[in-house]
Amino acid sequence: MTKFLQRWTVFAGLVAVWQLLGWFADDPFFPPPSKIVSAAWDWWVLEPENFTGHVVPSVVRLLSGWVIASVLGVSLGLLLGRSDRAMEYAGPLLVFLRSIPPPALVPVFLLLFKAGTSMQLATIVFGVIWPVLLNSVDGARSVDVTKVDTSAVFRIPRWQWVLGVVLPAASPKIFAGLRVSLSLSLVLMVISELVGTDNGIGSQLMQAQREFDYTRMWAGIVLLGVLGYGLNTALLAVERRALAWQPRSRDEQHA
Amino acid sequence: MRAFTRGLLGIAGFLVLWELLGRSPLIPAHALPPPSVVFGELVTQLTSPEFIGHVVATVLALLIAIVIAIAIAVPSGLVLGSVPAVRHATRAVVEFLRPIPSVALIPLALVMLGFGPETKITLAVYAALWPILFNTIYALDELDPLLVDTARVFGTGRLGVLFLVALPSALPFVLTGIRLAATTALIVMVSVELMAGSQIGLGYFIMEARSGPGRMDQVLVGTVVAGAIGVLLNNGLERVRRRWVAW
Amino acid sequence: MSNMLEVADLGHTYGDYEAIGGLSFTVRAGELVCVVGPSGCGKSTLLRTISGLIEPSRGDVSLKGSHLAVVFQDYSRSLFPWLTVQGNVEFPLRSLPRAERRVRAAEALEWVGLSGAARKRPWQLSGGMQQRVAIARALAYRPSLLLMDEPFASVDAQTRFELEDLLLRVRREHDTTVLVVTHDIDESVYLGDRILVLSGSPARLVADLEVPLPAERDQVTTRTDEGFVALRSKVARLLNVGKPSMDVEKWAEAERESLSETVSS
Ligand SMILES: Nc1ncnc2c1ncn2[C@@H]1O[C@H](COP(=O)(O)OP(=O)(O)OP(=O)(O)O)[C@@H](O)[C@H]1O
Ligand SMILES: [Mg+2]
Repeated sequence: MTKFLQRWTVFAGLVAVWQLLGWFADDPFFPPPSKIVSAAWDWWVLEPENFTGHVVPSVVRLLSGWVIASVLGVSLGLLLGRSDRAMEYAGPLLVFLRSIPPPALVPVFLLLFKAGTSMQLATIVFGVIWPVLLNSVDGARSVDVTKVDTSAVFRIPRWQWVLGVVLPAASPKIFAGLRVSLSLSLVLMVISELVGTDNGIGSQLMQAQREFDYTRMWAGIVLLGVLGYGLNTALLAVERRALAWQPRSRDEQHA
Repeated sequence: MRAFTRGLLGIAGFLVLWELLGRSPLIPAHALPPPSVVFGELVTQLTSPEFIGHVVATVLALLIAIVIAIAIAVPSGLVLGSVPAVRHATRAVVEFLRPIPSVALIPLALVMLGFGPETKITLAVYAALWPILFNTIYALDELDPLLVDTARVFGTGRLGVLFLVALPSALPFVLTGIRLAATTALIVMVSVELMAGSQIGLGYFIMEARSGPGRMDQVLVGTVVAGAIGVLLNNGLERVRRRWVAW
Repeated sequence: MSNMLEVADLGHTYGDYEAIGGLSFTVRAGELVCVVGPSGCGKSTLLRTISGLIEPSRGDVSLKGSHLAVVFQDYSRSLFPWLTVQGNVEFPLRSLPRAERRVRAAEALEWVGLSGAARKRPWQLSGGMQQRVAIARALAYRPSLLLMDEPFASVDAQTRFELEDLLLRVRREHDTTVLVVTHDIDESVYLGDRILVLSGSPARLVADLEVPLPAERDQVTTRTDEGFVALRSKVARLLNVGKPSMDVEKWAEAERESLSETVSS
């Protein structure tokens, strides 16, 4: 309880200082929090079509991209992780592909998929698949010899081997990858919306910039922060449930 | 050596697939030029001083950003990691700041800092801070209390412990954080160059090639070079970690 | 009595290191056979070839029936931490209908006295209990042959006695054929109907001994039984305990001769 107070006191204190400074300095670049909140209210609550037309599509794209990347990354990762040979072939290629800054491929995706949702999904998927993929490979490799032997002796069916042994054994690593990917998808969602769309939080940010509307810009930034915080908290809750079987709860603050 | 050959074969297979895709009628030729074309263009560009200028600009800005990020994040991490009170107090702030994607700050940075290199360096620093900061804090968590006690017994003060015991034993973690940070910073750097219309840099080169003549081969040259920089940074820092940090 | 397992001239080489060289023996249905041998002689390798985990370099293994279960020494790794105790016991039974799975698991857990722990996670149990879960899992599978690789080497002495008696009881009640690998001479005599003594690497069969003890055994009286003591020292002698190492080939030959003398006399 004291810790809870401690951390939120400082947070509240900083916001208060900002508020006071904002009032006194009256700098257009740094509007006080009260103005930011009221701008956000006007923007998304009083005009709900702004919320349904921009915020919702953004979140939907973010989540779909992340889910697609997760499914692809986990399946491919488990496959590669259980075959040293396959990894020898694919390893260097993966290292190279992972190092490509995804925004650099936005022009290519723009031409391949045309502007719009599929191009944005492609950008998000390409950008966030690597942490999931590489962590899944790592996790799949970590199945220990005794478990491999036990499964072989009992001649369990293939699906049980994959879903009942490899996947759970890899799941702690997979979740670590999923968390990194989730925060990356927020970045890539914004990037994919800065070009070639007229809806989404990213494009609204761009528009606010063009109109020199700093208060709205701040509102957008705060919204993204809240979104990131919320998504991460939700995933942590899911992770805690999914990995409840683990003997020792791990340090959660290390991403 | 075998594994190396297989890796090369993997890359070759990828290139062949790309070549076939690029030449197939399924995909419009201007959208995805095949690797044969791209590599021809790559050779041309690598001998062009203008292109080299773009690469140097990006790499230089990247290095500056990493150095600044280290200078901020390592000391902060040491403080947050060794003084629990400060850490609890700032935790909510940190947890709120961290998920704000650096690219969301592009518009703000543009109006405040203009179109010069300050903008992209600032944003890359912001993105690179977090992995270094968290790895430093984490490293101090993992610090063996026995080491600290031993040092204390020999009369080492608090600062002495920090510099003689904590920092060296945290170094491997910190270096891992720096490696992650470098990759992130590269992504942000190129993104900002691409979108914020700076005057020089790899991202700018890609943007120019796309929006002007629509030269997709040049776009892909930029992409390949950016990927190569990423691989070099990653492997280089990994090698540094292994060479210097043998414990 | 029919043979459950027939091993003929089985040999295995890792690279150019010969781990086992030419083993031949049989295990009859319902028998409990112990394999003893010095550490590192190739006992686990033998077990892995029999269970099909590795392909032997030469020789034949023929098993009557298709089912085979293994209990490994390292119970903490062979049980799945993400499954409950019951889930672990049901693990090899996935092809059966759910209801039957339940029944079999409950049954097997009862045999090993763990009915109360079905909903727990393996890591919430003590080492001895975990190994009992592994035994229950193997029994629920109804194997025609149960292989055990030093199953009781990682538990304390008291638990070890309990587990030995548990093994003797369940295999008597359910007529299971068991092959136990151990490096503990006392254990091999206490558990076995027969003992296979192996030489150091490469593993060769030094002796195949019948255990002249009644089927009912008791930790106190059996261990002080004259037959027990005599057989134990014989095995110890065969294993070369206390003697300086010598040419294994020659030694095994000599031992075999002296053994055939004692048997014929
Ligand atoms: N995968 C392997 N590759 C190469 N050599 C191996 C391998 N596995 C075992 N060996 C070697 O084969 C010999 C026999 O090993 P094995 O594990 O079968 O012995 P063991 O009798 O079970 O030993 P212990 O009593 O210690 O369990 C050992 O010398 C070991 O070093
Ligand atoms: Mg062994």
